[in-house]
Amino acid sequence: MPAAVITAENLVKKYQDFAAVDDISFEVQPGEAFGLLGPNGAGKSTTMRMVGAVSTRTSGALNVLGLDPDRYGPEIRAQLGVVPQSDNLDMELRARENLIVYGRYFGLPSRQVAARADELMAFAQLEDKVKAKVDDLSGGMKRRLTIARALINDPRLLLLDEPTTGLDPQARHILWDRLFRLKEQGTTLLLTTHYMDEAEQLCDRLVVIDKGAIMAEGSPASLIRRYSSREVLEVRFGSDRNAAASARLEGIGDRVEVLPDRILLYSDNGEAALVRITELGLRPITSLVRRSSLEDVFLRLTGRSLIE
Amino acid sequence: MTDLATPSDLERGVALAARARKWGAWYVAEHRFRVMRSYLQTVLLTGIGNPLVYLFATGVGLASLVDANLGDDAFGGVGYLVFVAPALLCAAGITVATEEFTYPIMLGYKWNPVFLGMNASPLRPGQIIDGIVISVVVRMLLTCLLYYVFMALFGAVPDAAGWVAVPVAVLTGLAFGAVLMGYTSTLTEDTGQLAMVMRFVVLPMTLFSGTFFPLAQLPLYLQWIGWISPLWHGTELARVFSYGYAEPIWLTVLHVAYLAVLFAVGWVWARRIAVRRLSK
Ligand SMILES: Nc1ncnc2c1ncn2[C@@H]1O[C@H](COP(=O)(O)OP(=O)(O)O)[C@@H](O)[C@H]1O
Ligand SMILES: [Mg+2]
Repeated sequence: MPAAVITAENLVKKYQDFAAVDDISFEVQPGEAFGLLGPNGAGKSTTMRMVGAVSTRTSGALNVLGLDPDRYGPEIRAQLGVVPQSDNLDMELRARENLIVYGRYFGLPSRQVAARADELMAFAQLEDKVKAKVDDLSGGMKRRLTIARALINDPRLLLLDEPTTGLDPQARHILWDRLFRLKEQGTTLLLTTHYMDEAEQLCDRLVVIDKGAIMAEGSPASLIRRYSSREVLEVRFGSDRNAAASARLEGIGDRVEVLPDRILLYSDNGEAALVRITELGLRPITSLVRRSSLEDVFLRLTGRSLIE
Repeated sequence: MTDLATPSDLERGVALAARARKWGAWYVAEHRFRVMRSYLQTVLLTGIGNPLVYLFATGVGLASLVDANLGDDAFGGVGYLVFVAPALLCAAGITVATEEFTYPIMLGYKWNPVFLGMNASPLRPGQIIDGIVISVVVRMLLTCLLYYVFMALFGAVPDAAGWVAVPVAVLTGLAFGAVLMGYTSTLTEDTGQLAMVMRFVVLPMTLFSGTFFPLAQLPLYLQWIGWISPLWHGTELARVFSYGYAEPIWLTVLHVAYLAVLFAVGWVWARRIAVRRLSK
């Protein structure tokens, strides 16, 4: 087996007494798309900054591309592409110029950078925005430009911190498509997200993080298999009657979760569960059978929902 | 984008990093020059307009009045224009410093955090600061050279060694600017601090640094402003070269040392803050 691209062992980052990252361990293999899934404040960005060699760890071991970030920051960063949580494109420069300037930070020759910038503007589907002011780009375009910028040095590892947060559904899909393409080309991806659909779409493997700690690890499918049933039945009885109804649902399916606005019934056969509810004489206002998702995994692991 | 870590990948990374370790500051400077290009017009207009306006006003306007009323003796045997021109030159260095060591710093850390982008590349925090210093040296040199050309045209530089006033003015700007850069680096938000610096530091400094009249004419309780002012040290030094202003040699050495120390202290301070702010 080839050497891992990232190895983190008992990684800890403390701000004063507060552990933003609290003893996490994971490994990312070459060519893998690895996800950190967790709610706001889970410690995802902090982990990304340590992997990106711009933040020193408090304790634990970390190895990125075979090197220790504390000692070989520039060597590691020379081989990374970084898409930070909030764009830091240069507003004083035009779109393509952002790529050129960035490529120069890597000491790449101007001519090579220029050729690569053209390629990447095309890859980001921004050919007609070459001379655009960054301010005039839409959120999705800015994000794509940031991704293009991160690829200027032909990185071995691409870090994506919440690549699609704040984008509308269409912009997200365009972005996912681009990231898929990178994945197909074999780029190793480390990405954070608090969207379970994003994690399911893009990640080969992921860790679920909450409060700086890893709650579970595996492929999206295996996590769902391990921590949830195949299907979920969602029923609503009206907010004041959900609790009373839930008491009578025990025994139907594997597990019942009562949320403020609805009840989730975990079962391998949602339709059958719904039939049994009606047999009990209960009449939900609405009902919906869906497949289990990572959201259910998170709920199971933490008792909370991913997006509060 | 290979999926296997081969030795050549590592070598490429090491080679790129080696280049960045060596030249990183210049890459940052390159960025600054690109940005400056977007306000090149302003740079040139102020670079040409300021000396024209100031030298004309003092040389043709004020000087005739002052010289007629006070005679040459008031300013150590030279005309008012010759006396005041080195001060204006150094003040021009300071003006560039107040622009280039404040706004780009606030921008880079906070308003449009391009420093974060640089920091994610092989560049190191200290190199970001070094690169800014390099770019400012270039702009300052250009501005002061232009100023000097106009000074010469207005006949304000009698001495052959007068050109030395240009590097002196640059050093003056850097001495004040580096400390200003250090201070600006500590700001996580600009809630008017920079405007306060302009009003309560730059303005009094410009007025009371022996700029428009010799420091000795100030009441003693205000003269300390001159002694700590980089503009005073710079101006006195520039006068030594531009018209052979006579002062003890130890004082000349002190001027150079004081300016150099301020420059170094400010620079190191800003670098330290960069490391702290960019390596959380
Ligand atoms: N520089 C910092 N100083 C103090 N606390 C921080 C700092 N950066 C992050 N934190 C805290 O660490 C926790 C994790 O933050 P972060 O890694 O940004 O979470 P996520 O990216 O998962 O939303 C949060 O509680 C945050 O407030
Ligand atoms: Mg984050």
